[in-house]
Amino acid sequence: MQFMLLFSRQGKLRLQKWYVPLSDKEKKKITRELVQTVLARKPKMCSFLEWRDLKIVYKRYASLYFCCATEGQDNELITLEIIHRYVELLDKYFGSVCELDIIFNFEKAYFILDEFLLGGEAQETSKKNVLKAIEQADLLQENEMGLFYALLAAVSTLN
Amino acid sequence: MPAVSKGDGMRGLAVFISDIRNCKSKEAEIKRINKELANIRSKFKGDKALDGYSKKKYVCKLLFIFLLGHDIDFGHMEAVNLLSSNKYTEKQIGYLFISVLVNSNSELIRLINNAIKNDLSSRNPTFMCLALHCIANVGSREMAEAFASEIPRILVAGDTMDSVKQSAALCLLRLYKTSPDLVLMGEWTSRVVHLLNDQHMGVVTAAISLITCLSQKNPDEFKTCVSLAVSRLSRIVSSASTDLQDYTYYFVPAPWLSCKLLRLLQCYPPPEDGAVKGRLVECLETILNKAQEPPKSKKVQHSNAKNAILFEAISLIIHYDSEPNLLVRACNQLGQFLQHRETNLRYLALESMCTLASSEFSHEAVKTHIETVINALKTERDVSVRQRAADLLYAMCDRSNAKQIVAEMLSYLETADYSIREEMVLKVAILAEKYAVDYSWYVDTILNLIRIAGDYVSEEVWYRVIQIVINRDDVQGYAAKTVFEALQAPACHENMVKVGGYILGEFGNLIAELPFSGPVVTVLFCHLAPCSSTFSQRPRRLSKRCCAVTARSMSWLVHLQQTVHNSDQYYVQTSEVVSPVPQATVLEEMPPFPERESSILAKLKKKKGPGAVSVTELEDGKREGGELNGGGERGPETAAMASCVSQSTPSPSADLLGIRSVAPVGASLSSAGSLLVDVFSEAGPAAPSAAVNDDGFLRYKAVLWLSSCKVSAPPSEDPAPPLSEADELLDKFVCKNNGVLFENQLLQIGIKSEYRQNLGRMYLFYGNKTSVQFASFTTTVSCPGELQPQLNVQSKPVEPLVEGGAQIQQVLNIECITDFSEAPLLNIKFRYGGALQNLTLKLPVTINKFFQPTEMASQDFFQRWKQLSQPQQEAQKIFKASHGMDTEVIKAKLLGLGMALLDNVDPNPENYVCAGVIQTKGQQVGCLLRLEPNAQAQMYRLTLRCSKDLVSRRLCELLAQQF
Repeated sequence: MQFMLLFSRQGKLRLQKWYVPLSDKEKKKITRELVQTVLARKPKMCSFLEWRDLKIVYKRYASLYFCCATEGQDNELITLEIIHRYVELLDKYFGSVCELDIIFNFEKAYFILDEFLLGGEAQETSKKNVLKAIEQADLLQENEMGLFYALLAAVSTLN
Repeated sequence: MPAVSKGDGMRGLAVFISDIRNCKSKEAEIKRINKELANIRSKFKGDKALDGYSKKKYVCKLLFIFLLGHDIDFGHMEAVNLLSSNKYTEKQIGYLFISVLVNSNSELIRLINNAIKNDLSSRNPTFMCLALHCIANVGSREMAEAFASEIPRILVAGDTMDSVKQSAALCLLRLYKTSPDLVLMGEWTSRVVHLLNDQHMGVVTAAISLITCLSQKNPDEFKTCVSLAVSRLSRIVSSASTDLQDYTYYFVPAPWLSCKLLRLLQCYPPPEDGAVKGRLVECLETILNKAQEPPKSKKVQHSNAKNAILFEAISLIIHYDSEPNLLVRACNQLGQFLQHRETNLRYLALESMCTLASSEFSHEAVKTHIETVINALKTERDVSVRQRAADLLYAMCDRSNAKQIVAEMLSYLETADYSIREEMVLKVAILAEKYAVDYSWYVDTILNLIRIAGDYVSEEVWYRVIQIVINRDDVQGYAAKTVFEALQAPACHENMVKVGGYILGEFGNLIAELPFSGPVVTVLFCHLAPCSSTFSQRPRRLSKRCCAVTARSMSWLVHLQQTVHNSDQYYVQTSEVVSPVPQATVLEEMPPFPERESSILAKLKKKKGPGAVSVTELEDGKREGGELNGGGERGPETAAMASCVSQSTPSPSADLLGIRSVAPVGASLSSAGSLLVDVFSEAGPAAPSAAVNDDGFLRYKAVLWLSSCKVSAPPSEDPAPPLSEADELLDKFVCKNNGVLFENQLLQIGIKSEYRQNLGRMYLFYGNKTSVQFASFTTTVSCPGELQPQLNVQSKPVEPLVEGGAQIQQVLNIECITDFSEAPLLNIKFRYGGALQNLTLKLPVTINKFFQPTEMASQDFFQRWKQLSQPQQEAQKIFKASHGMDTEVIKAKLLGLGMALLDNVDPNPENYVCAGVIQTKGQQVGCLLRLEPNAQAQMYRLTLRCSKDLVSRRLCELLAQQF
């Protein structure tokens, strides 16, 4: 996967993750063009489209579009399910996720994504394992490092 | 989920985000952001040291501002400070900032790398993962330099935690992608392969992406992964839907890993080990079987995951292309999807079938779905699906269904989306050419293309139709007639006018029987007038070609006018049209396919006088030194030709305007009526009985030097010929200079050549007929044996790669040193799909190419005939006619031979006599020819007398094959 974009029906970018080195200018250009292209498509159209030399896989969840750019050889359907799994992760973490959650907790959305995908490839597809990593981090938040291992133990008993 | 998990009390951040969201306008937002930036800047610069929490909060705000699309040029140092915080969340925000706002400041990079190094060696798995994520997200060269050797160690160390292994694998993958030179293979590689056996599915999932990428680049080093991947796949495929617990996704066991395993296997050929292969085939069959089972869930995620594996399995089956049974099953499965209610599945089925169509095992099976695909092209509501349908039709097209597919594509074009029209046009054009059984169908198709989607017909397409018409004399008349009719339509596309102008300019004479059409003339004028004035402002290359088109059709019109004695009205238009065109370009030939320089025209253009004069000068020049030809005396034929040329060549305006003098005012267009017939049959005012061609118009074209470019050999379907067949190919070119020299399934070699005096230039066109690249394409021209000192052939090397469908050109310069009998050899070598192709042909360079025609009167002829009476100077052959004995055909061949055909010389009018001089570097060889047909016996007697005995024999041999 080369990049993933989350944007709203109004075209507002909510999350961007780039797995290939591009300049900020290029990123903005790609985002602008792609958002326009995807928003122009009607519902019921297929979730894949060729765009430049990339294959775009996208899906809309409520007011948010999730959009992945993959290389020609990549499996479109499994990419679609990558999107879905990420949505499930957000949903589970935030508890019925909505666009506002992602706006106000954008850093969390990034952390979850990093646990799930790394370098554009699936790192951990088990929902339980991804969330466990995030929960551990959350439990660490308000605690001094000295408590780290105690809490780690607590988390593992919780699971 | 505990409440603590959402947000961590960065209230300031939440307030700021709310503020931004409440901004009513872009200006208000910018104002708010600038206020915040100023605030943060002052905090960072302030004397008071900030605590970790504040630092984290401000860095997070900066990050938010950046993600909104604003530039951030500070805060990096504070983010780096956070990296060394011992609080996890501070560290985490620091890393996030660094990952998103990559900075190339070297001091900063040193500090970042330092912090990463500390975390990697902390033995705290959470910190290690953060550091690895950061490396994977940034993936810069500096990071690769610092960590490319460290990460493999972490990856394969026995005591590394699973989650760290996962991050390390993908981190290494990212570094390998950006800096492959820095990731050195080593002892770790074999251990990485064994991660495929790891009991933690997450580790396998992460590691396989790395292994796949490494395998693509170093297949040998990783080939043990094949059997491991097969056994892993087999275990997953045969597991029950709940066996894999959290790695089961909507009742599908480990779909991501399955897909990746199947993808990894596509890096390799089918396993050689029978047991492994058997196990794999079993897996693939199971996957195909599962597709037929009723779904375990109605959720789309279930079917998507299942089908993702199915499509990946089909990709592998296609990749192997060796299991006909599986290929056909795959095809049937995709056939079902073609009518599925899920648009996504229809899309993917169409896409996947495209590759199946190219397999010999499944091509026929794919073809059975043609109606469904055509229906998809017509009814799909999504343009991307229709595009796939068009691609598939293109891929499944062959000789058996080409007409249907092309017709469907053409009719689709009428309503096609603008975004895909150009591609569709190209596809139709390629198919029409590739599968043209008769070229009239091809011409019809291209003209239809222009009619339906003229704006999308690129230059290449309409140049190509002209090229083909020029090369195929069997379609020229039809083409002329068809464009003539097309141009009578009420509205014509500019490209139609261009094609029409060109074809009529070249071959208008072939449709002399059609009634004169005022509308056609008008449409040409109307279109060309505005064109001509803009051409000169266009880029040179384009303008050259367009001018040539203008000139072409102009020549036709001018000729019409001149001979029909048309009205003033058109005369005025002509001069209006012509004047903006640079004068020289009017005479310019149609630029070649590809570029070709005509030396004679270049010469013509340099001359200040009318083109005709220079042509005759040229003729005179060649004549000089031809001792046998009766000195420099110009025969009546040449004089007539010259006069004809000087009247019909529209080169300089003097000539064009000169029409005024020969075009009396009178006959109006309407009264001109059917005079077109006369135009061509009467052959113009100064036309003598034809030696070169039958009418003045063709004569005119002779001056334009294209008249000799119209014959072509029928394409040979034979496989690459051995040397013996090369002789037959050679024979085809004795009397002509252009055409298809050789053609097989892969390659077509076309030839165009021109000769002046003892020099020649040959253009070889190597066309790749396949869709696959030819690699290591080399050609060698050699003069074997005694030919070496006789003929000098110089070739320029060609590009080593010939893309599928592409044509490359090679120019040979040929110099005849002395007379010769053998033909130079052309060897062509290239790799097609790995197999070396090697073929050797004879180049059609024969001694007669260096002929200079010589006109002479009867008396002179027989005087010279007698002078050449030594027995060795004569060569004679009596042979049976192998073709018809049609007078015109014989004449054309003799002319093609290069000699002058002399009328009223032989007392017997049935006989043909010719005279010419062969120009070599050292000497001229005078040659006389007499051909006596005996129609009753269907026999010929051919006699040649030359000043050099070897030449007589060689010419006799060459010619005996021609009649």
